[in-house]
Amino acid sequence: MAEIVLDKVTKRYPDGALAVSEANIEIADGEFIILVGPSGCGKSTMLNMIAGLEDISDGELRIDGQRVNEKAPKDRDIAMVFQSYALYPHMSVRENMAFPLRLAKVDDATVRAKVDEAAEILDLTQHLDRKPANLSGGQRQRVAMGRAIVRSPKAFLMDEPLSNLDAKLRVQMRTSVSKLQKQLATTTVYVTHDQTEAMTLGDRVVVLRGGLVQQIGSPQFLYDNPANLFVAGFIGSPAMNFMPATLADGKVTSPLGDVTLTDRVRQLVEAANANRDVIMGVRPEHFEDARLIDDAARGGGVVFKSRVEVLESMGSDKYAYFNVDGRHIESQELAELAADAGTADAGETAMALVTRLSAASGASEGEELDIWFDADKVQLFDPESGRNLTYSG
Amino acid sequence: MSETGELLTQNAVGAEAAVRKAGGKRELSEGKKAERKLGLWLCAPAALVMLAVTGWPIIYSIWLSLQRYDLRFPDQQAFVGLENYVTVLGSPYWWQAFGITMMLTVVSVAIELVLGMTLALIMHRTLVGRGLVRTVALIPYGIVTVVAAFSWRYAWQSETGYLADLFAGQTDPLVNFWSSMGIITLAEVWKTTPFMALLLMAGLALVPDDLLKAAQMDGASAWQRFVKVMLPVMKPAILVALLFRTLDAFRIFDNIFVLTQGSQGRSSVSIQAYNNLIKGLNLGIGSTMSVLIFITVAIIAFIFVKLFGTAAPGSDEEGRR
Ligand SMILES: Nc1ncnc2c1ncn2[C@@H]1O[C@H](COP(=O)(O)OP(=O)(O)OP(=O)(O)O)[C@@H](O)[C@H]1O
Ligand SMILES: [Mg+2]
Repeated sequence: MAEIVLDKVTKRYPDGALAVSEANIEIADGEFIILVGPSGCGKSTMLNMIAGLEDISDGELRIDGQRVNEKAPKDRDIAMVFQSYALYPHMSVRENMAFPLRLAKVDDATVRAKVDEAAEILDLTQHLDRKPANLSGGQRQRVAMGRAIVRSPKAFLMDEPLSNLDAKLRVQMRTSVSKLQKQLATTTVYVTHDQTEAMTLGDRVVVLRGGLVQQIGSPQFLYDNPANLFVAGFIGSPAMNFMPATLADGKVTSPLGDVTLTDRVRQLVEAANANRDVIMGVRPEHFEDARLIDDAARGGGVVFKSRVEVLESMGSDKYAYFNVDGRHIESQELAELAADAGTADAGETAMALVTRLSAASGASEGEELDIWFDADKVQLFDPESGRNLTYSG
Repeated sequence: MSETGELLTQNAVGAEAAVRKAGGKRELSEGKKAERKLGLWLCAPAALVMLAVTGWPIIYSIWLSLQRYDLRFPDQQAFVGLENYVTVLGSPYWWQAFGITMMLTVVSVAIELVLGMTLALIMHRTLVGRGLVRTVALIPYGIVTVVAAFSWRYAWQSETGYLADLFAGQTDPLVNFWSSMGIITLAEVWKTTPFMALLLMAGLALVPDDLLKAAQMDGASAWQRFVKVMLPVMKPAILVALLFRTLDAFRIFDNIFVLTQGSQGRSSVSIQAYNNLIKGLNLGIGSTMSVLIFITVAIIAFIFVKLFGTAAPGSDEEGRR
C-alpha cells in the first residue's frame, strides 16, 4: 500500500537521449494507473525509475511521502512483472515464486503457506513442481504475477505484461489482472500498448508522448475530453477521424459539409480563441446511417453522401469505410500517431473515414449512402499547437 | 497406414515426452525416420574424415601397445598382450607423473575458472573500449606456448631472471619442487585464462538482462544475483569451458618441458610418454602410455557429459526459458 509521487522527474540517458521530461504524476494509494503512448515515448523508462532500475536524472520520486531517489530497488518494496516474464529457468514454479521470500529470509513454513496461497489465487497449484519452460504462455504469465504478489509489496509495476499472449488469452488475463488488483488493492502502475487494456483496466490513464506527459485522467474522461490532437488520436480504437476545416461565425466548413456548431461547442470555441484554420475530429461512433435517424434528431447534426468502400459487419454493429476528398493534414502529432499505428503513407489525396453504424443499418458495399453525424460531438483542434479548442476539462 | 502415420506425427510431441520419461525406446514416425536418415548422411563425410585422421592413429597405438617393440632391439618384437600395461601401471614413475598431472590440472583449471569468470564479467560490463579490452586480454592466448614458456624460464632463471631477482638468496625457483610447480601453474594460468574468459563471456550473453533486473527487484544483492541466477543459467557454458580446459590441461607438455624438462620427478604423463616413445625409442611402452592418457581423457569427458545432464545442448528439454 503506497502513494507514489513523481515530482518533475526527468531521465536523461548517458548518451544524451531525453527519455522522460519533467513528469508530474501523483498516484494515490491503491490506485491502478496506466501508462500509454507510442513506442519509445518513455513508458518503460518511467517504470524503471519508479522501480529503481534506472537512476533519476532530475526531480524527486516519493513513496509514501519519502524521497526514494537514492534507494536500491530491494529497499523500495516494489514488485515488477516483465513483458518477458523473466522467470528463472532453473527453478521450479514454486521456487520461482518463493525466491523473493527466501531472499528476505522468511521461514520455510511461511514461504510454503504464502506460495500455496498465491498459487491458489492464480490457479497454479497443480503446476508448482514444473519448470517454466514446460508451461504455456498464460501459465508463465501467472507465475510472474505470483512472484510479484507473494511478498505483498507496496506496489506493483507491470511492463506490458500481457503483450506476449494471444488475443483470447489476453482478454482472459486482463480480467484476472483487474480482479486481482481490486482484491489486493495494491497500488499498480501498468504500462501497455493496448487500447482495450488502457480503457478497461485503470482508474486513471497517463498518456505520454516523447517523454512528455500529455494528459492524465480517467479513461472515459480522456476519451470524451482529450486535451490535444495527440491524445484524441491515441485514445480510442478505431481512432478518431480528422479532417481540415475552417471556422467562421460558429460554422465549420469541412469536407463533410458545413457544420453549424451547437451552443455548447460554440461557447467553448469562443473561449479558446480559435483561429480560422482548424482540424475537425469526429469519432467513428458519432456517425450513423441517416435512414435510422428520425427527423427530430436530424437537425442536431449534418448529413452527407458518400459511397461505402468497405463494410465490415461485426454482428453488434457495422463498420463502414469511406473515402472523402480533402487535403492532407500537416500535423506532427498525426504523423507520429500514424507511424505508431503503422499506417503512415505519404501523398494520399483522399482521406479514409471510419464510421461505426448500428447493426440495423441496411448499408451495403458500393452503395451511395446518406450518413449523419452529431454536431454536438464534433471536436476542433488547433493545427499549430494541437490544442483541443473544444476542451471542457 | 497413412492415418496412423499422421496420428503419430500429431502425437509425436506429447508421446515423445511421455516415452522419454518412461525411459523406453520410442516409435519414430515416417517423417522423423527420414529426417534421421538425412542427418546421418549429412554427417557421414565428416565422420569418415574423423575416422581417417584420428581413428587410425588411435587404433595403431593400441596395436603397438600390445607389442614388445623397442627400436633398439627390433628383433625382439613380439605380441605380449597386456604385459606393457602391467609394466606401466606397476611403475611408480608413471603414478608420480599421473599425480603431478592431476594436481596441475585441478589447480590450474580452478584458478583459471575464477580468474576467467572475473575477466569475463569485466569484459561483459565494459562499455568503453570494449574491443581494446578484449584484444589486450586475449594476447597471452595468441602467443605460442613454447615461446611464452621460454620467456617465463628466462624470467625465473636464477642470477639473470628479473622475477628470480625478487626472491634472490633462496634456492633456484626452477629447481625447488614447489616453486617450480607454482611457476608451471602460473605459466599455464597466464596462458589459458583468456580462452576460459572468452568461453564464459559467451555464457554470460545467455543470461537475459530482464532476469537480472527481476532478481534485483526480488531483493537479490549483486552477489546473490551472480550465484543464484547468473551461474545456474550459464551452467552449460561453464561446463563446456571446464571440459575444454581440463582435457587440455591434462595433456600439459610444453610448459613443463621448457621450464623444468620434467626432471626430478616433475614430469607429466605426456612427458613420460614422450620420454619413452621418442627418447627411449620404446614404441610398446610409449604407446601404452599414450593409450592410458587417451583413456583418462575419455573418462574425464564422460564424467563431464554425465554432469551436463539436462544442461547439455541438444538434450535440453527445458529450452531457454
Ligand atoms: N539505455 C538507454 N540508453 C539510451 N537511450 C535509451 C536507453 N533506453 C531507452 N532509451 C531511449 O529512451 C526512449 C524511451 O525508451 P523506453 O524504453 O522508455 O520506451 P517505451 O515507451 O517503453 O517504448 P516501448 O513501447 O517500445 O517499450 C527511447 O527513445 C529510447 O531510445
Ligand atoms: Mg517499453
